Amino acid sequence: MPEREIALNRFGLGARGDEVGIDDPRGWLKMQLRGFEVRPQALRALPIRSEIAAQLADNVEAVRALVGKKAASAQVDSAADPKKAMRKEARQDARGQHIAQVGARMRMAVVSETPFIERLVHFWANHFAVSADKLVTVGFAGMLEFEAIRSHVLGRFGDMLLAVEQHPAMLLYLDQAQSIGPDSPLGSRITARGIRKLGLNENLAREILELHTLGVRTGYGQNDVTEFARAMTGWTVAGIGRGPAARALTANAEPGAFLFVPQIHEPGDRTVLTRRYPDGGEAQARAVLADLAIHPATAEHIVTKLAQHFVADDPPPALVARLKAVFLKTGGDLPSVYAALIDAPEAWVPTQSKFKTPWEWSVSTFRALGVKETPDQAVVAMLAELGQPVWRPGSPAGYDDVAVHWAGPDALMKRVEVAQRLASRVSVDARALGLKLFGGALSADTQAAIARAGDGAEAVALLLVSPEFMRR
Amino acid sequence: MITRRTLIASSLAAVGTAVLPRISFAKGGSDERRFIFIIQRGAADGLYSVAPVGDPGLRAARVSLVDGMGEGVKLDSLFALHPALKHTAGFYRGGEALFVHAVASANRDRSHFDAQNILETGGLRAYAEQYGWMNRLVGILPGADPRAMALAQTLPAALRGPNSVSSYAPSRLPDALQDLMSRVTDLYAHDLQLRGLWQSAMDTRALAGNLGEGEGRSGAATGALAAKLMLPANGARLLMIETGGWDTHSAQKGRLNAGLNGLDQMIGAIKAGLGAAWANTMILVATEFGRTVAVNGTGGTDHGTASATMLIGGAVKGGRVIADWPGLRSSDQFEGRDLKPTIALEAVIAGAIAGHFALDPVQVAKTLYPSLPPVKRIEGLIHT
Repeated sequence: MPEREIALNRFGLGARGDEVGIDDPRGWLKMQLRGFEVRPQALRALPIRSEIAAQLADNVEAVRALVGKKAASAQVDSAADPKKAMRKEARQDARGQHIAQVGARMRMAVVSETPFIERLVHFWANHFAVSADKLVTVGFAGMLEFEAIRSHVLGRFGDMLLAVEQHPAMLLYLDQAQSIGPDSPLGSRITARGIRKLGLNENLAREILELHTLGVRTGYGQNDVTEFARAMTGWTVAGIGRGPAARALTANAEPGAFLFVPQIHEPGDRTVLTRRYPDGGEAQARAVLADLAIHPATAEHIVTKLAQHFVADDPPPALVARLKAVFLKTGGDLPSVYAALIDAPEAWVPTQSKFKTPWEWSVSTFRALGVKETPDQAVVAMLAELGQPVWRPGSPAGYDDVAVHWAGPDALMKRVEVAQRLASRVSVDARALGLKLFGGALSADTQAAIARAGDGAEAVALLLVSPEFMRR
Repeated sequence: MITRRTLIASSLAAVGTAVLPRISFAKGGSDERRFIFIIQRGAADGLYSVAPVGDPGLRAARVSLVDGMGEGVKLDSLFALHPALKHTAGFYRGGEALFVHAVASANRDRSHFDAQNILETGGLRAYAEQYGWMNRLVGILPGADPRAMALAQTLPAALRGPNSVSSYAPSRLPDALQDLMSRVTDLYAHDLQLRGLWQSAMDTRALAGNLGEGEGRSGAATGALAAKLMLPANGARLLMIETGGWDTHSAQKGRLNAGLNGLDQMIGAIKAGLGAAWANTMILVATEFGRTVAVNGTGGTDHGTASATMLIGGAVKGGRVIADWPGLRSSDQFEGRDLKPTIALEAVIAGAIAGHFALDPVQVAKTLYPSLPPVKRIEGLIHT
């Protein structure tokens, strides 16, 4: 691939059919580091966090009010059970918000004039994955990307980390909102009354160490996980957390806001990775996060993933070492790391070594075809069919970023089917489009297949599943 | 590159024979054996599915989980099966289900991603082995062209490797035109990676036939689909099915009730769909690690160590629980929190596979777990 095509496809989200020429590929990418619209029109039209939270809080409250009330004995079928009906309504509300958010994400990606930064937003949202599986995370998963990631994608890693870990989506997804210090004022009262065991949940603490910062097998132990979890007790979400603490103690704050509740914070100093953190309420876990954000293991973990995303499934160690040095020297200044990546010769090798994920393939398809109308529900369904439902990786590790995960026989068949469907709805000359997207780099096989296609739609479908278009 | 399948097919065509000889060749002895690996991703709580109700430590550590769970099926003086596992209980009574408890793989660090990698690749450490043990198994199976397949859109790590395997997931998309598909074959003619994948996709499509909408939506439908893919003489002999939702940090009771019910329906449907072939079938149900003995603050359990594994099928010498029970007192627990592993999962798998396919146990252990020190195999798990 020539450098113009590399900038558009490997760094960007795919060339657009209507794009103007790019004379200086590196300059075009670096220019994007200076100007990025955090809240484009597509986002301004969506409900804001407090509205989503308030609706969720109302629904959760309505379900709760019905719990414990015995269903009338005559009601045998579940359709008549008001509790089940209310739960269903709550799920539908959250699902509606999720669908609108997925639609907005696609619209922004398709029209973006700063596709390199949009790609980075998607990268970080997957790094800090929240899976929209539980009722409490369905409506919030997209908000994490829109709020915590977009605001900090051109900032410091530590700032993004803090914004993510204090976001309701993350606090609810990894159970932090319900974690209670056993020796906190409320924790000891509950234990004394012996009603039931409420307590520490180490889920978020573990995943921060393993997935968000240091990376797995980097020297921390079970004790570090538990100590960090203790430090984080008290970090919760106003208005919607489950359990008595969340209800009683967060009543005065705006629903969905991050909240520190001292009554459930485990008192005492903590030791994480041999460093001692004096008890300081909310600031205690914040101090741990600040140290984790600039730890050498974190730098290595983050830049390895970045290099893997932009260069190769198995990134060159020399490149990783250079990026790591930049990360550490600048205290995790992300634009400096991105700039080093743009300057890296390894990122400009002509061979397309990255197999597109279903998301990347879909976005680049819409951009190539100039499709502007992408109905929200259709986008959700299409990504689910292609095997990568948006914000639903099913695990906090996010989706894999290597070809072996995406280049499967069935995945290939699905792309051919979708390409055929999409191609039948546009009126595009595949020969001209192929030239626009890839210049002279289109292989002889692809050119021949397009030239011999039975009709115009089939030619477009073949271009969309060509080896050049499947990779970047 | 010509795949082995097309090579066989075209050489037969060249001498004017039908495909019949191949089918008869596939018959006889261990060629008829079918193996299904159902992976429980997320660390399934073996103390919940196969509950040691005879150990007083269970109730002491997790009274809120034990209460109201309902009457399980008594397996022996120590264990009871979760009430949602209805078909499974029937298989146990009929001598077709075997449970092994307090098992764990070589993993000890409680990371899902590392432990699943170890469970699937058979390595000593995560990412130490590049390929999956099921893929390596393909290479030593007797008979021509042992087809291996995953019910998934992409290949799980256990099946990745140099031997040819495929994946299939039910689609709600309209069929692409036959013409387009043959043109795609030409399009990928000189692309090493895509050509092989596409050939495999076309093969699988031909085999699955007209699988309509609605399959694969629930456990029972997945089980029925699995049986359909394995039943033909040229169907899959090895199949992997992925299940998720086992990571129950909170609200474990309801979530595991639903998850175990789905699993049970799936296995029930596999038996129904396989008919007489069930007698030659072995299903392995395994997870990457277990969960804490004690209930946590949110009605769930956290990442633990040992769990339970299941062997089900007509080929299994079932009706028993194999365990070297470590006990549940805190002093008995692994690192003071988890069920202590007393049986190596690798020993169970190697023993079951060797028995099932009538292979040399030493060769199986070396193939599936090349970097592990020789494991003490458990023999006599399978009717031979």
